[in-house]
Amino acid sequence: MTTGDRTAAAAFDVEKVRDDFPILKQQVNGHPLVYLDNGATSQKPQSVIDAIVRYYTTTNANVHRGVHTLSQQATDGYEGARAKIRRFINAGDDREIIFTRNTTEGINLVAHSYARQHVGPGDDIIVSNMEHHSNIVPWQIVCEEKGANLRVVPIDDTGELLMDEYEKMLSPRTKLVSITHVSNALGTILPAAQIVSMAHAYGAPVLLDGAQAVPHMPVDMQELDCDFYAFSGHKLFGPTGIGILYGKSDLLEAMPPFMGGGDMIKSVTFEKTIYNDLPYKFEAGTPDIAGAIALGAAVDYVNNLGFDQITAHEEELLRYGTQALTSIAGVKLIGTAPHKAGILSFTMDNAHPHDIGTILDEQGIAIRTGHHCAQPVMLRFQIPATARASLAFYNTKEDIDALVKGIDRVLEVFG
Amino acid sequence: MPGLNDLYQEILLEHNSKPRNFREVEEANKTSEGYNPLCGDQVTIYLKVIDGLIDDVGFQGSGCAISRASASMMTQSIKGQSVEKAQEIFDAFHDMITEPGAELDYDTLGDLETLSGVNAYPTRIKCAVLAWHTMKAALTGDADAITTE
Repeated sequence: MTTGDRTAAAAFDVEKVRDDFPILKQQVNGHPLVYLDNGATSQKPQSVIDAIVRYYTTTNANVHRGVHTLSQQATDGYEGARAKIRRFINAGDDREIIFTRNTTEGINLVAHSYARQHVGPGDDIIVSNMEHHSNIVPWQIVCEEKGANLRVVPIDDTGELLMDEYEKMLSPRTKLVSITHVSNALGTILPAAQIVSMAHAYGAPVLLDGAQAVPHMPVDMQELDCDFYAFSGHKLFGPTGIGILYGKSDLLEAMPPFMGGGDMIKSVTFEKTIYNDLPYKFEAGTPDIAGAIALGAAVDYVNNLGFDQITAHEEELLRYGTQALTSIAGVKLIGTAPHKAGILSFTMDNAHPHDIGTILDEQGIAIRTGHHCAQPVMLRFQIPATARASLAFYNTKEDIDALVKGIDRVLEVFG
Repeated sequence: MPGLNDLYQEILLEHNSKPRNFREVEEANKTSEGYNPLCGDQVTIYLKVIDGLIDDVGFQGSGCAISRASASMMTQSIKGQSVEKAQEIFDAFHDMITEPGAELDYDTLGDLETLSGVNAYPTRIKCAVLAWHTMKAALTGDADAITTE
């Protein structure tokens, strides 16, 4: 990047960025849409939508088979997207990037093809108290099947992981650690590299759930040194139905397939089937080719904005939003760790989160209400649910102001 | 389109802040637990039924204003009624909430009519009907926990 480019990039023009997202221009319930539900799914820039349309308009064919031109172009697009994503997370090799449907599928792949092979009676799998259900249930299934124990690292009242407790929990019985990089319910950014190195000291591999991390911060597989990293395309401004599992190649090589079918084999006879090489061994059946290509376009879009600008803008919004919400009497922020991504989870003294959500929706403000698929977090804070505003780089201070105004309306109704 | 004021009517808000029969019925002979897995709302209904009459009814649990007010108003409407009448009220309420535009049975519904605004909010219908399905399950002795998903 030249100096001139950097100067131009330094001026983050949020209005110009918003112009790239057609959905943000619409009215909802008679008000301009204020989209603050990015933790659930993000909106898509025109370039991602165009990539899908272009693929189906000009390139559609199956990948990795057929000698015809379109098949080759589809394969180039699909594999090109893989390379983009490898660079995006600084993985060492394209073979370590497996296309999945979403984070959940990536975690289940590791549960099936790694944990089931390595976890036995009396062994431990460690998760934290702030996991999404998708990073709890697959491990419960494995533990039940194998007679292993699911150990849960507790968190403090701000939503920070208790690292001392984690340290105490690690032992030679620890066969896997699976922990979120950023909490979806609380916003806490976990000290992932430290979590990984501590587990490695006991020979335990680590899976990081990166679903809420990749949209907000650069993630670097070499720096983190994690063994597996799972995320979803749709939270990263890409389409639904496409996700990524990164795995270290030596581990992936040794793992049996997750699903059987076409594309994941080298040869099949009724006597013996020889599995394909990485990453295809884990990509049975025709993949979501358009989704992969569009996710590549999303990664291009994010790279073009640059995480320097994205994180600076989001941190400023988070600061502004935290200040605004904490100054409203009767509003309590849930998740106040010093190191947080753009999530503002809150409760109100007199109004249940679902009622808050309905009243905000009436003003065109989209937030998530409920337990956020993280019931153990709700139990930890002894609340049934929260209202959650979650930010993306296209949000503005005006969006936060609208949220505050919406909360004022909640107070009018519920006093 | 009906607005927020139709949804959050004064009577609903009043039942939310001061729910009636919000207690365990110690002599209950029929109880059931209802649960909305998506949002975590939970309600337990206690019924004391003697000779086909609902002698006492109470509820406990946690949920939004709509689910709480609906549960509270339900207990008022069925207390002292026959099991058959409770079933009639259930049907009238269920139709009102789930079938927008349906003719309302005002005689049977009474105050419950104030909850009719919920039918304009499809995402909130589950909240309004949770306690009702749970009550029906208690009456019919359906042992499984009720969910409105």
